[in-house]
Amino acid sequence: MRYALFLGCTIPVRGQHYELSAREVAKTIGLEFIDLEGFACCGFPVKSISAETAMVFAARNIAIASEKGLDICTLCNACTSVLTEANKELSENRELREKVNDELSKIDKEYKTGVKIKHFARILYEDFGLDKLKEEIKKDLGTLNFSAHYGCHYLRPKELYDGFDDPENPTTLDKIVRVTGANVTDYKNKLQCCGGAILGVEEDISLKMAKEKLDNVTANNIDALVTVCPFCSIMYDDNQRKIESKFNVKYDLPVLYYPQILGLALGLDQKNLGFRLNKVKANKLLEKLETGGMKYDS
Amino acid sequence: MEGIKIGGGVDMINTKDLDPNFKYEVVKEHGGTNIMRCFACGTCTAGCPVRAIDDRYNPRKIIRMVLLGMKERVLKSDFIWLCSTCYTCYDRCPQDVRLSDIMTALKNIAVREGYIHPSFKEQAKLVGTFGRLYEVEDFDNKKRGKMGLPPVKKTFDDVTKIIKDTKLGEMIK
Ligand code: SF4
Ligand code: SF4
Repeated sequence: MRYALFLGCTIPVRGQHYELSAREVAKTIGLEFIDLEGFACCGFPVKSISAETAMVFAARNIAIASEKGLDICTLCNACTSVLTEANKELSENRELREKVNDELSKIDKEYKTGVKIKHFARILYEDFGLDKLKEEIKKDLGTLNFSAHYGCHYLRPKELYDGFDDPENPTTLDKIVRVTGANVTDYKNKLQCCGGAILGVEEDISLKMAKEKLDNVTANNIDALVTVCPFCSIMYDDNQRKIESKFNVKYDLPVLYYPQILGLALGLDQKNLGFRLNKVKANKLLEKLETGGMKYDS
Repeated sequence: MEGIKIGGGVDMINTKDLDPNFKYEVVKEHGGTNIMRCFACGTCTAGCPVRAIDDRYNPRKIIRMVLLGMKERVLKSDFIWLCSTCYTCYDRCPQDVRLSDIMTALKNIAVREGYIHPSFKEQAKLVGTFGRLYEVEDFDNKKRGKMGLPPVKKTFDDVTKIIKDTKLGEMIK
């Protein structure tokens, strides 16, 4: 299995631990990532300015993958949704495709149908598959207890994602976490949006949205929250201290990217999973894993 | 940002300020096509996570205001920038109004009419200039190198070229 790795804007500068752990995990289980130099912004950040310009950004990236005959693996939920949406609209709407291709012709690019776009977590669940993933597990994480946050664009709009999960009651991320042997705890209002998209517009509302999630997941005794999107992680991890001081609460909740915990279960060296870059440190959880605390039975 | 604060009451409507063509403008805009299908059931508002935090934000009401023709008031308002694009309303709307896309359409029209939220202006400048949301510095690539990650490109000439004649290109001049 080979994929062009689409990092987007945020991950290479603010989510290197996500990128590093994803690359290490892929290498270990035999998924090949190809880096294509031309990949730029997916288009999401300019959608509010012009949906059509965002479409051209997305189409340009897809064209670059299609030149190499590669499908795209994304790590960010926003990239996933914008690229998938463009792919769908452009393949269904010939008029739009011609218009976008007129633009792309100025830079000698052409959008062609046929490139598949999938998030890494979905690839693990769907293409690689739970059974094969299970066979790869070297270290049982049975002493740890996680909750999963999917992020809106991982699931919605549902018309983009071929029904691989149920957006009103998602389970696929829970399943790939559970494969590691860890316990997964459900929580109130699981679909709650992180608020990341409006952080710059109304910080107050945005932080309150993130706070609700942190309140709900910490109502249970969990070791970490698991995410698959850099925007969500920025809200829950990078902004956690801010939320704590603003609302006079204390969480001290590590927020880990899924490949970081999968990496642990694959027996990879912690140093290669980027824990140093998580803002809320995961030391307690890592120690617990080393000393083999009490095992959760679910 | 000047203009009305989010969700200010809609009690006094001066008909001379209404633009009956506004809804058709929205219909023509990318993503705006289904706005007239709304039958005001309120499912969108009931499930909206932004609304849950701040009840001055009301997506159903925004649609009503557009259908009534309150063009200026909608385009100038802060609240069109408050949608977190979570797509909850999009998936749950019984009329397939595609409200998340309508919010995008309204923002796109607002930008063309000269109203833009400063935080999006900032984003647009960065993406327009660097082809990315962040300026990548040598420092970043050095850090990446130390972690064993490949360097990333700092600018994209073809992106700059392609946006030259767009609204985005205009904004970074
Ligand atoms: S859910 Fe749909 S039909 Fe109901 S008020 Fe909202 S946009 Fe209109
Ligand atoms: S997409 Fe926007 S309007 Fe719709 S529910 Fe989410 S935040 Fe509310």
